[in-house]
Amino acid sequence: MFMKLPPNIDEELKLYFEKNKIAKDKQDAIRAKVLDLYRSTTYDPEEPIGIVAAQSLSEPATQMTMRTYHFAGTAGIQVTLGLPRMLEIFDARKEPRTPTMNVYLKPGFNIDQVKEAAEKIKEVKLKDVVLSTTLDLTDMWIKCKIDMDKVRKLGIDPVKVAKAIKIKNTRSEFEGDTLTVTAKKSDVSNLRKLKYTIMETHLSGIKGITQVVVTKEGDEWMINTLGSNLKKVYAVDGVDPSRTTSNNIFEVLDVLGVEAAREAIVKQAQYTMEEQGLGIDVRYIMLLADLMTLSGGIKAIGRYGISGQKSSVLVRASFEETKKHFTGAAIRGESDPLLGTVENIIMNQVAPIGTGAFDLVGKIPGSDKKPAKKAKKKSK
Amino acid sequence: MFKVTDHEMVPKHEVLTPQERKEVLETLGVEKEQLPVIKETDPVIKEIGAKRGDVLRIIRKSQTAGHSVYYRRVVEG
Repeated sequence: MFMKLPPNIDEELKLYFEKNKIAKDKQDAIRAKVLDLYRSTTYDPEEPIGIVAAQSLSEPATQMTMRTYHFAGTAGIQVTLGLPRMLEIFDARKEPRTPTMNVYLKPGFNIDQVKEAAEKIKEVKLKDVVLSTTLDLTDMWIKCKIDMDKVRKLGIDPVKVAKAIKIKNTRSEFEGDTLTVTAKKSDVSNLRKLKYTIMETHLSGIKGITQVVVTKEGDEWMINTLGSNLKKVYAVDGVDPSRTTSNNIFEVLDVLGVEAAREAIVKQAQYTMEEQGLGIDVRYIMLLADLMTLSGGIKAIGRYGISGQKSSVLVRASFEETKKHFTGAAIRGESDPLLGTVENIIMNQVAPIGTGAFDLVGKIPGSDKKPAKKAKKKSK
Repeated sequence: MFKVTDHEMVPKHEVLTPQERKEVLETLGVEKEQLPVIKETDPVIKEIGAKRGDVLRIIRKSQTAGHSVYYRRVVEG
């Protein structure tokens, strides 16, 4: 058993002792009492915490509303929440449906500077700065009238606008406030297609960031984004990389490593549950997050992850895709040593959980014989 | 340049000396192979320069216990 108190309780005790000027000899007695109380709240050895965690998580999940939208009139970004988000986290989806970032800036930024940084992050495509377009079908050119004020405000060099278009067999020129794209070889239908292609040309900002919203958190202004690219955002001037995070857990894994990804799973899951008004002990989420990141990457909980990759055939078969696992096991000649809980329940044996995890070794009084190595397993 | 280890979500990772490693494994009562894993290609591993086979002590900030200690071994990946 643990002989030590967790650091934060220890700290609290120390503060209490100082505040109330408690004598040294009494301190030890109090500490022992607290440790006793603490121990009584911990799980006992061999208690199946996994099963308890599963139930503690799934019961509130059944109460979760399926709806995700319907927040009419609020400024901000629509982020997937509720049950769909929960599934995203625990199924370890590579891309969340709505990737978002919380971008923090270095301390001391005022709102104008934050807005300026937000402009720098947001992706600007050609279509965002074009006022009107004209197509000439005989001479095969497209003329785009460009909002020069907007271009200058965004800090884009107008000359670069023409250079940004890199499409084969076209020539682009920039004059005054019009951009002319001439197609060297093209027909009428392709010219229309070409128009849509050039409209998507990336001019500035970070690719994939389609929306930025400046919000206030406490006393500080920060930026919420729709679309996520941590690596590029870290390189933007004024951004504080040490606090900026994404809700894309795989991106966190790539950029910041497994430990940060574990932290992200815990935080995201906890946030999603709390947002729905469901209280759940973090320890269960932590247990899941630890399990998911055990192998240095992120494993899903379901069929293609932890439950589908267990070593015992019976456990896998009892979960999902029974036939697949039995045939596979038969082909490979697998054996099942029946070490786990589920296997033993299937076999109607005492499962190695709780008191069932221990064998009795005893010495019969009056006999000099050595105790039997293993007590007989109860099998009724 | 931004260092990954400066991020608030990245806990402290330390490489254990062979002596420490022995003690840790003894107190936990496990073999090295039973420890959780961290990949060589992990950004944190690259930054602190740990090598394959090393055991790391990770000191996490914990919501429930103030801070908690975790161990991972570095593997190919």
